[in-house]
Amino acid sequence: MTSCYVVHEAPVRRVAIFGGTHGNELSGVFLVKHWQENGDEIQRTGLEVRPFITNPRAVKKCTRYIDCDLNRVFDPDNLGRQITEDIPYEVRRAQEINHVFGPKNSNDAYDLIFDLHNTTSNMGGTLILENSRNNFTIQMFNYIKNALAPECCPVFLIEHPNLKYATTRSIAKHPVGVEVGPQPQGVLRADILDKMRKIIKHGLDFVHIFNEGKEFPPCTIEIYKIMEKVDYPRNKNGEITAVIHPSLQDQDWQPLNNGDPIFLTVDGETINYEGDCTVYPTFVNEAAYYEKKQAFVKTVKVKLTAKGIRSSLS
Amino acid sequence: LCSSPSNRSRPLSCVAVCGGTHGNEMSGIYLAKHWLRDPMELQRSSFAVTPFLGNPRAIEKCVRYVGQDLNRTFTTEFLSSTEAEDEPYEVVLAREINQTYGPKGSAQAFDFMFDLHNTTASMGTCLIVDSEESLLPMHMCHYIQMHYTRSPCPIYLYKLPGEETYSINSVAKAGLALELGPQPQQVVRADLFSQMRDIIACALDFIELFNKGTVFPAFEIEAYKITGRMDYPCYPDGEISAMVHPKLQDKDFLPLNPRDPIFQTFSGEEILYEGNTTIYPAFINEAAYYEKKVAFVKMEKHMFSIPGLQRD
Repeated sequence: MTSCYVVHEAPVRRVAIFGGTHGNELSGVFLVKHWQENGDEIQRTGLEVRPFITNPRAVKKCTRYIDCDLNRVFDPDNLGRQITEDIPYEVRRAQEINHVFGPKNSNDAYDLIFDLHNTTSNMGGTLILENSRNNFTIQMFNYIKNALAPECCPVFLIEHPNLKYATTRSIAKHPVGVEVGPQPQGVLRADILDKMRKIIKHGLDFVHIFNEGKEFPPCTIEIYKIMEKVDYPRNKNGEITAVIHPSLQDQDWQPLNNGDPIFLTVDGETINYEGDCTVYPTFVNEAAYYEKKQAFVKTVKVKLTAKGIRSSLS
Repeated sequence: LCSSPSNRSRPLSCVAVCGGTHGNEMSGIYLAKHWLRDPMELQRSSFAVTPFLGNPRAIEKCVRYVGQDLNRTFTTEFLSSTEAEDEPYEVVLAREINQTYGPKGSAQAFDFMFDLHNTTASMGTCLIVDSEESLLPMHMCHYIQMHYTRSPCPIYLYKLPGEETYSINSVAKAGLALELGPQPQQVVRADLFSQMRDIIACALDFIELFNKGTVFPAFEIEAYKITGRMDYPCYPDGEISAMVHPKLQDKDFLPLNPRDPIFQTFSGEEILYEGNTTIYPAFINEAAYYEKKVAFVKMEKHMFSIPGLQRD
């Protein structure tokens, strides 16, 4: 008997695991390369799982990108752009990826894409959600969180009316970002790699169980929803004049209240947070975000409920 | 007459502090930029301190280097090379720096140069000297260890026997490099920034005391001396095939014994240390050493007797 709170979702048959969307975030790069040689641990009955290096030139140079951030160009403009000589490498690459794993927003697109990232911030093993109404993905995150407990697995929702990411994974029907830190760029830490590996294992297990017909009852998870990005204090030449305050450093996902220190100037002056409500900062002191003028991201904690789901073809 | 004689050395008049020898090691870059705007805290009565940025183009691009590692370019081969059109930017730069702060090995060279670095390894606040025979730097390290007490300051002696000096501070008559970590490349952490700043202040105080005639007696000191480097295991195509073992990660300056695990393959197998003696690793999992395939530096721990020192 199926409860009336359960929606039928198409089975998830085609899955991709992307590594190297940023070429210096090494956990995903090395996991994907390992799985390309020996993919036993990511195979599940009834599933096609494809490990794939998305930005091979950036991986080779061990740099975030060659011309522009690959993880910001999967929008209609760039995906439809005429190929010319001077087109950025990543835009050309985005079109190739969209051709193979998309097209974005089409029926032919891959069902699920995991995109593997690292951060220099102390974010732990974070799952990134793009759409607050995607029952399947929320159910998967709920499953992964429970499987990893008591270890913490924060969920970061990047849905926002003005901030549009146009991520690499966004071409899939169910895009999943995996962001594990802290890990310096160009460094491979065994503990961080292991954390990422476990997230993927549980994610694939969930897909497998779902495809086999298991019903997942409605669930509610706590998530962090993006509010806004906060830049460093700067002088009139645009140079940074204060750094992340020691009491905010490494405190990703911890409450930040009005009057709490956020920056410290070179002269030793503390700059405090001014805001009416408690926020939860994340991406605190991420190396790649200095150029994006972003010291940290403010989030608020909210609860998100997913409907019960069941595979439609079981 | 009755005490053992101290070595005598001329007072220091010209001292340089370099940040950004590697353009993505941010503590020194932020400090040097600050001092270039406002050098007040560097001032002491008996000598002049000149802050400068080592590799401006690399700093601009926030990368370690543009053409080649500047901090390996201060050898006779590069410093005496004739200008060529296709030579790496850092070779040109090294000759310029050698003109300004050297020439290396000459009487006109700066008396002392500090060089500010960061590492992704957990090396804390590490002091780097070429060898224990460098008397004034060893006294400076000793002074820092006694007076800067926020964190331990292990001493790393980097020069292999018979090796020519190649680092930027080898241009001056004496030098000290600071290596603070862990800090990711391109990131500035407030804690490391202030530690580096405090150590430099402490070192400048030492020079001031030395210049003013303080007698520094002989002492015994523990230091780590490089013996070699440990490469990553690699596949035949040259790609690394294992990562630093979680039990070794972040264990810089701690003893590594024969049969201790050092690497873990992607299939989960352990690779053990095959040496016969206990060693002390450093630069464990340093980002910039992947391209050199170096997983860590091997060191021995020794006690050294350092003779006394006073101004000439």
